[in-house]
Amino acid sequence: MNYEAVIGLEVHVQLRTRTKMFCGCENEFGAAPNTRTCPVCLGLPGALPTPNHAAIHLVALTGLMLGCEIAPRCKFDRKSYFYPDMPKNYQISQYDLPTCRGGGLEIMRESYPKDAQKKVVAGRYIRLVRIHLEEDVAKSFHFETASGIDFNRAGTPLMEIVTMPDLRSPEEAFAFLSTLKLVLLYGGVSDADMEKGQLRCDCNVSVRPVGQEELGTKVEIKNMNSISGVRRALAYEIERQTEMLRGGGRLTQETRRWDEAAGATFAMRGKEMAHDYRYFPEPDLLPVDTAAWLDDVRRRVPELPLARKRRFVEMLKVSDSNAGVLVADCALADWFEKAVKDVTNTQGVANLVVNDLLRELGAAGKGVTESPVAPEALGALVALTDAGRISSSQAKEVFVEMFRTGRAAAEIVTERGLEQVSDAGAIGKLCDEVLEGNAPIVVQIRAGNAKAVGNLVGQVMKLSKGKANPAMVNAVLHRKLGL
Amino acid sequence: MSAPSSIDVGYVAQLARLKLSEEETRRFQGQLEQIVRYIEQIRRLDVAGIEPTAHAVDRSNVTRDDAAAPSLSSEEALANAPVRANGLFMVPKVIE
Ligand SMILES: [Zn+2]
Repeated sequence: MNYEAVIGLEVHVQLRTRTKMFCGCENEFGAAPNTRTCPVCLGLPGALPTPNHAAIHLVALTGLMLGCEIAPRCKFDRKSYFYPDMPKNYQISQYDLPTCRGGGLEIMRESYPKDAQKKVVAGRYIRLVRIHLEEDVAKSFHFETASGIDFNRAGTPLMEIVTMPDLRSPEEAFAFLSTLKLVLLYGGVSDADMEKGQLRCDCNVSVRPVGQEELGTKVEIKNMNSISGVRRALAYEIERQTEMLRGGGRLTQETRRWDEAAGATFAMRGKEMAHDYRYFPEPDLLPVDTAAWLDDVRRRVPELPLARKRRFVEMLKVSDSNAGVLVADCALADWFEKAVKDVTNTQGVANLVVNDLLRELGAAGKGVTESPVAPEALGALVALTDAGRISSSQAKEVFVEMFRTGRAAAEIVTERGLEQVSDAGAIGKLCDEVLEGNAPIVVQIRAGNAKAVGNLVGQVMKLSKGKANPAMVNAVLHRKLGL
Repeated sequence: MSAPSSIDVGYVAQLARLKLSEEETRRFQGQLEQIVRYIEQIRRLDVAGIEPTAHAVDRSNVTRDDAAAPSLSSEEALANAPVRANGLFMVPKVIE
């Protein structure tokens, strides 16, 4: 029997705000332990929370980007929770009136893992259940005989995005998270750095015989902190569940933990009973009416990566794969847009950006914002090739020099004497010379071997020391040979 | 909803991480049943057409600007910690 996997994700995203959710402590990664705390985020008795409106706006912005319905009124609730990383013994969250409901996200093709491009199903749309806002808990460090708690992270605005069980493979989960991360970066909602724990994910996964409607027994894998880890954990878990069922075993609904080093999931102890969170309305906080400010947030919705990619392909004639590379980095796509501003050959710019600029940046270990070549300067280089002053292979050479020295394209072209010869008379003379010296090839061509023209073009180029305009050489030779 | 008389004080106490003596359990059994009966009485009211309220105070959008305020020093934050090490609150080992 064949089994299929059914996967749903709960994605936790730390919002990019200056301060925490309910107090004025700085929302900052990497400070010395317990130096960004106050009575509110330490959960001291009597301390009162006040919501950060920037965080609420960011959740609504995310909802608008993901096509969710934004609740006209939302509120906060208490979720009972006993753990040393949350000393007030409840977490402020949203239960029955979350900020966003519904919506979904279309997975981008380039978001799939490189080695799984064959598994891409075009245009997969993953529906969302809801997005709500809560506070992050403190960070725990586990030692031999004790645990240590740092409350700097406690109270960081945390958004939870819950998907429908629409995902069907580890690769799809990987791709969904990659596209989602990109959308979050485009919106400036989060830095979404998984290494810093700014994007974390719980996976719900079950398997069922192909064709069966009813869902299998669900297992939750907690607190995944890398997208490739999610893929590996799901692959392991699907295999484990399938093997168990094939062997006639039964699965138990449980929470498991992914051990990256062991490459396996393990059942977690405790917390099993009493998943009774006893939610009730947070009496310290008033409800939020979104209508009062939603239009302001609506104006902040950016063009999303998928739409941007389509515009690059359709309006700017960029190839699908180049467009995919460009939009995968918002700063790179911005850079590209500046470079094509006054250029008609937008494809030429895209090629140089994707191949040459990225190669040089990679070698120099620099980000696009640190590029020694300004976008306008690259546009000017492409304008030189368009005007026929240099060939496109010369342009690549000039680009390397521009990157190395930060100088303008025209300057380098003049200095190196690279100026392409586009003078019809001069090219005609070079062609005549080559035709005279290659009588046997001319005979072959006249006999019908048109491909041999390429050989002559090459010789003319060589004779001109690479400076002749190759398109013109090709045209002149064809005319002279009567082709 | 379970019937009022079936309230399990032991379970409720466990959810709240409270350790009750047998005498306390008996006493709270009676008191909690009284409260539940009162809630049941309220539940019988016809509230169709009444807008639910999220809070007893009829206000909304009481928020603050995203502006930083001073935090406590690590020394102040840890002042009440029974055990501390390297700037961390030390607690009994948490088992995952
Ligand atoms: Zn604080």
